[in-house]
Amino acid sequence: MLMLQNAAPQLAEAAEQGGIQKFFADLSQSFEKTFITDERWKFFLDGTLATLRIAFFAALLGILLGFLLAAVRSTHDMRLLGRKSRTFSDVILKILNTLCNLYITVIRGTPAVIQVMIMYFIIFANSRNKEVAAVLSFGINSGAYVAEIVRSGIMSIDKGQFEASRSLGFDYKSTMFHIILPQAFKNILPALGNEFIVLIKETSVAAYVGISELTYVGNLVRSRTYEAFFPLIADALIYLAIVLILSFLLKKLERRLRNSDH
Amino acid sequence: MTTDSNILIKVDGLRKSFGDLHVLKGIDAEIKKGDVMVVVGASGSGKSTFLRCLNLLEEPTGGTITFEGVDITDPSVNINKHRQKMGMVFQQFNLFPHKTVLKNMTLGPIKLLKQSKKEAEANAMELLARVGLADKAHAYPGQLSGGQKQRVAIVRALAMNPDVMLFDEPTSALDPEMVGEVLEVMKKLAKEGMTMVVVTHEMGFAREVGTQVVFVDEGVIVEQNAPEEFFGNPQNPRLKDFLSKVL
Ligand SMILES: Nc1ncnc2c1ncn2[C@@H]1O[C@H](COP(=O)(O)OP(=O)(O)OP(=O)(O)O)[C@@H](O)[C@H]1O
Ligand SMILES: [Mg+2]
Repeated sequence: MLMLQNAAPQLAEAAEQGGIQKFFADLSQSFEKTFITDERWKFFLDGTLATLRIAFFAALLGILLGFLLAAVRSTHDMRLLGRKSRTFSDVILKILNTLCNLYITVIRGTPAVIQVMIMYFIIFANSRNKEVAAVLSFGINSGAYVAEIVRSGIMSIDKGQFEASRSLGFDYKSTMFHIILPQAFKNILPALGNEFIVLIKETSVAAYVGISELTYVGNLVRSRTYEAFFPLIADALIYLAIVLILSFLLKKLERRLRNSDH
Repeated sequence: MTTDSNILIKVDGLRKSFGDLHVLKGIDAEIKKGDVMVVVGASGSGKSTFLRCLNLLEEPTGGTITFEGVDITDPSVNINKHRQKMGMVFQQFNLFPHKTVLKNMTLGPIKLLKQSKKEAEANAMELLARVGLADKAHAYPGQLSGGQKQRVAIVRALAMNPDVMLFDEPTSALDPEMVGEVLEVMKKLAKEGMTMVVVTHEMGFAREVGTQVVFVDEGVIVEQNAPEEFFGNPQNPRLKDFLSKVL
């Protein structure tokens, strides 16, 4: 009994050692196939850069569109909600507001992958510029979400701030610019940061239409090497690293903004 | 157009409704240069609405408001220009929390009056010294007590060099021990000849500083008089009832 008890683990250990060696040998071979052979690491580098490019320009477009939409929506709400439109500019504002609402409803109500396919196969059907299609698609998508974040940020500012500014003689635009938006921005920064984290991950949908960003190249390497482990884990780790770096930067910015008043 | 050049604000038949709720039902009033008009009345009677109509923070639904000879209810008038001449102080202070006291005070003068930064800051520091807050110039509003906030709000409005100051219950949100410091500033301002319209529940202030006291009830001015008469010999039964409760 005693001997058996001692022998069994030893045996298992020996067998395991062989297994572990084989395991590591397989692993290093598979690592080599995935990254070293044919300089495949370059695929990952290029894919990462493409993902960063798409996400960056889509975020810029998203911010631009989002702020524009939010400006229309909150101007409409502040000026015309519960009132009749009287002047020509009121009517224009009403129409713009309706268009913005339509845009936000459609974008938020359809899957991103469908939006990318529509952009790629219908709108960019005759164009070679795949990345621009992705940037436009994700930018337009992000704009709808940013718009709602910014609008809720504007609405969260006490209306006394607005009145104090107007009573000093500032017009609507300057009030927004000097008083409301700086405060709203601080409130919405966490939500905005979250939106961009979502955006970065969502660009992986572009792989679906064959744009060679990070997800696509991971898949490509996998199909060449018949190895799933390293391509997918590498993709995951790279996305994670990008997200962690962005989160870190956002936290820093948040802290700095918070310190700028009391 | 007014013929009496001493009249700063003339209100004619002012009406204001929120939907079906008729808050102001025809208010006539005249505020002369140097006047301190104190507006009193029960809660919900329309005092704030009246005051906020004077600088068009609320858009009147009827009547006219003539300020320095111009009917500012005329839609073609650039109201922003006229608001620069009408300082307003709110119950909730409404300082800009993301700006220092000094920035709160210089934003308007720099952007709207096109003063140089140096000029605006010198002017702001002088005003702050007058209300005993020169050492708070670089503090943020969040670091101030209620009384200090309200004093800053008053000098922020004064920095625009207005012709009239509108106060909407400036001491109602303050702890009792801070009411005095704010009233002191307002009294000093009145003595210096500033034209003021003050909505308040501080009857002592009305009596001491007011040149005319008006009683608003259900959207109309039912009694208006010099303070001695107003408090010493009230006519309207609603006013008598009101005074018996607040005095
Ligand atoms: N923006 C608004 N929308 C709808 N109703 C309003 C609005 N502002 C004021 N009212 C209503 O108008 C009436 C008069 O309000 P107002 O604030 O002028 O009263 P007040 O005399 O200042 O009262 P208080 O002493 O409580 O400040 C109230 O019934 C109030 O509910
Ligand atoms: Mg009120």
